[in-house]
Amino acid sequence: MAKLPITLQFNGGAELLFDNKKLHNVELISEHREWTIGKLLIWIKENLLKERPELFLQDESVRPGILVLVNDVDWELMDTVNYKIQPSDRIVFISTLHGG
Amino acid sequence: MSDCSRKCGNNAVLRRPKTGDKLCKECFFDAFENEVHFTITEAKLFKPGSTVAVAASGGKDSTVLAYVLKQLNRRFKYDLKFMLLSIDEGITGYRDDSLETVKQNRDDYEMPLKILSYKDLYGWTMDEIVSEIGRKNNCTFCGVFRRQALDRGANLLKVDYLATGHNADDIAETVLMNILRGDLARLSRCTSIITDSGDGIPRVKPLKYAYEKEIVMYAYFKKLVYFSTECVFSPNAYRGHARVLLKDLEKIDPSIIMNIIHSGESLKVNKTSKMPSLQNCVRCGYVSSQDICKACILLEGLNSGRPKLGIGKSSKVKKSIENKDDKVCCGGAGQCNTDKTLI
Repeated sequence: MAKLPITLQFNGGAELLFDNKKLHNVELISEHREWTIGKLLIWIKENLLKERPELFLQDESVRPGILVLVNDVDWELMDTVNYKIQPSDRIVFISTLHGG
Repeated sequence: MSDCSRKCGNNAVLRRPKTGDKLCKECFFDAFENEVHFTITEAKLFKPGSTVAVAASGGKDSTVLAYVLKQLNRRFKYDLKFMLLSIDEGITGYRDDSLETVKQNRDDYEMPLKILSYKDLYGWTMDEIVSEIGRKNNCTFCGVFRRQALDRGANLLKVDYLATGHNADDIAETVLMNILRGDLARLSRCTSIITDSGDGIPRVKPLKYAYEKEIVMYAYFKKLVYFSTECVFSPNAYRGHARVLLKDLEKIDPSIIMNIIHSGESLKVNKTSKMPSLQNCVRCGYVSSQDICKACILLEGLNSGRPKLGIGKSSKVKKSIENKDDKVCCGGAGQCNTDKTLI
């Protein structure tokens, strides 16, 4: 089974839902199907998310107000949940919902 | 990869919620900064030669505000001096890190910093207030005290303006909230880019038309250091229903945020509507819609061991404070209407 190593980063307060850990280097196991961000979100919920999933996910996407960047590009330019993850991708989630 | 809408030849890094344009990093910085500059010049926000206190929490909005103001001041020769004004609510483990961030802002942007604490201003830290009032109504205290703390700080620093980091999402959210509450007085003034607290120091909102998404993206691409936090007393309190509604609407069509602001700006309150008139608090002198301002009522409650005074309807409080002098209570026989729990 091929492995798909990627980097995940949670910023802007989103890290509070992940044990206050911002950087996560993970390896996805790519079976036959491709990994999309949509699939990754479910994986994150099952494997990384420590508390209150409703603050991170909503309707099979991220909660409105959480920004997503793939290799420093707005995921809205990359077909959002349908983007096909490539090896060594760096995916950043930034909450805009937390205060100062 | 998409090309930048401005045809500069670079790859786009984000889609602007306001316009739908796909922009590269440099074109985005340019558009964002120019729009803030346009907001400032169009509203004639600052007079040259003035000193501006930037309300700094260490969060994304105030960090971007301080950074952009510094850039624009240099580029367009506003001839302004800046200071940072921070409020320490006295919540253990909440402000410590953000105050460190504000100190970083002070050094990075070379702006003098003044930190004022609730303890200094009111004699109470939020930790102490929470131990009196519990965790149900503490946000009322914190909000009322913070608002006035910034006013007092601006006075103390003798600045000409107080600039806050309120962004387009904040303003749209406030419009919605005031509609939901039926608060016409606030609805009619909440979209103003300049407001006066009665002390002659205008409060201005240079980021009024900047989307939260763009502020966060700007900070991210500029690698600005900011601190995001969640209040230890009310995790989740930052999400009112109005905010959730707004973010859901933004997902359908981002221009809704600008439309709500526009609607708020264009609203005209019917002349027959009852509106509270603003006056000065008889105790502290700050602007208030009542004889005694909310902060003074809350303080009176705290200092006299009746911390719930001031939570809820202001008319009830007025009655309670008046009754205290009138001595109309029957002395515990249960025949008078005096609400003893309030006295």
